[in-house]
Amino acid sequence: MSNWSWEVVAEAFPKIIDGLGITLGLTLACYGFALAFGFIWLFMRKIPIRPLRWLITWVMEFIRSTPPLVQLFFIYFAWPMVPVIGFTLNGFTSAILGLGIHFSTYIAEVYRSGIEGVGKGQWEAAKSLNFSKRQKWTKIILPQAIPPTIPMLGNYFIIMFKEVPLASTIGVAGILHIANSYGAENWTYLEPLTIVAILFLALSYPSAIIINRLEKKWNRRFDKKEALTRSKGATA
Amino acid sequence: MIEPIVSFHDVHKSFGDVKVLKGIDLDIRPAEKVAIIGPSGSGKTTIIRMLMTLEEPTSGDIIVNGTNLWKMEKKGKLVRANEKHLRAVRGDIGMVFQHFNLFPHMTILENCMTAPLHVKKEGKEAVKQRSLEMLERVGLSDKVDQYPSQLSGGQKQRVAMARALVMRPKIMLFDEVTSALDPELVAEVLQVIRDIAKNDDMAMILVTHEMDFALDIADKVLFLDEGVIAEQGTAREVIEHSNNERLQEFLHRFRA
Ligand SMILES: Nc1ncnc2c1ncn2[C@@H]1O[C@H](COP(=O)(O)OP(=O)(O)OP(=O)(O)O)[C@@H](O)[C@H]1O
Ligand SMILES: [Mg+2]
Repeated sequence: MSNWSWEVVAEAFPKIIDGLGITLGLTLACYGFALAFGFIWLFMRKIPIRPLRWLITWVMEFIRSTPPLVQLFFIYFAWPMVPVIGFTLNGFTSAILGLGIHFSTYIAEVYRSGIEGVGKGQWEAAKSLNFSKRQKWTKIILPQAIPPTIPMLGNYFIIMFKEVPLASTIGVAGILHIANSYGAENWTYLEPLTIVAILFLALSYPSAIIINRLEKKWNRRFDKKEALTRSKGATA
Repeated sequence: MIEPIVSFHDVHKSFGDVKVLKGIDLDIRPAEKVAIIGPSGSGKTTIIRMLMTLEEPTSGDIIVNGTNLWKMEKKGKLVRANEKHLRAVRGDIGMVFQHFNLFPHMTILENCMTAPLHVKKEGKEAVKQRSLEMLERVGLSDKVDQYPSQLSGGQKQRVAMARALVMRPKIMLFDEVTSALDPELVAEVLQVIRDIAKNDDMAMILVTHEMDFALDIADKVLFLDEGVIAEQGTAREVIEHSNNERLQEFLHRFRA
């Protein structure tokens, strides 16, 4: 047992901070990938061939029900061994793919709920004004579907940020990886891991506040009354 | 003989096993104002939704301005219309909905400008000018920069009318546009429709429960009952002098 040592803190801190760029970069890259891939799921689920749609739904369910760590290991260790199509990926790319795809299945659900939240009446009004299919999406549906999803998307950002240390298991030198190596070399884990915990707190908490602000700003225009009229739709 | 701008020929519509419309034949001349009345569930909304291409007829033909709406020619055969065909015909038709369906993320002015700007690709200044004129006409000049959520129901419905009118349709459809409104707001909306009906030369089809209003503005009244047009004629003939029993009963319930 060692006691808390400020000397160790002073020595470990700069080293750990060096990994912050990687941790943040990986978070952003994974998130960007998940946001983009979420859209792809959405479109794949609209393919007008039913067995294919079932397959897609099944694949999404499979990805969601498997731990992200297993997916990371698969992409990093097992994929290169797959005959013909397999090839080696570096740790960073594997992490982007693994975590990105895993979270994209959740992001796709968020998109879906956003779009379903736009009432039938909005589609009908857009049609009655003769909007093209593309314009309907870009001018009418998405501008209404996206704002309500911001808090959920923001939450996934924070969750993803907290999952990114998983990448240290495949050698990506983020803050956890560095702290861990430092601990192993110097036989002291208390300080480096505390630093890591504090860094995570220092970053996720302000993110949560920013997301909260964004949510308020976006939702100011929509009030409850209008949302109610929208959801009632235009039938009868 | 003036060519009708809208004709229905033996139009049927079923939802699953339920036959809602059972053979509708109908001619509407350009500039004619037609009111459709009838009990709940008789198919009034369905008629105009098919014209707006929101619902596809099960059989029969709807001709708009000389073009078959739901069918197109392909290699000498009539086939089901594709979106491109529908889009070409739909441009002549505008609709006002019971629940307004304004775009909540746009200001009142933007609501009016978006379709002429993006659908018809007209110049911004001209569209803005026309939208402002139209909003003035419906009495909302002072609201142009507000969002729909800031307006009363009656004001929303007037915006919806301005939004449809800026597209300069040849045929305007109104589906019970006052029935989602508080009673004290009905008059202001009816007044705007009255103004449009008296001054514009487009054809209008109004589904309405306002009998006095129908009597006032409609050239022709259709009484729809259980999926067929049970009675039609001038407003006076239908509302005041018909001896169709079902119609009498219907009117009686309304007057009571
Ligand atoms: N999308 C739909 N799916 C199934 N049934 C429908 C659909 N739309 C309408 N119907 C049915 O068709 C019938 C006619 O409906 P429609 O809305 O045209 O009547 P309406 O005359 O406008 O009645 P109201 O005065 O209540 O508005 C009703 O029985 C209704 O339940
Ligand atoms: Mg109706």
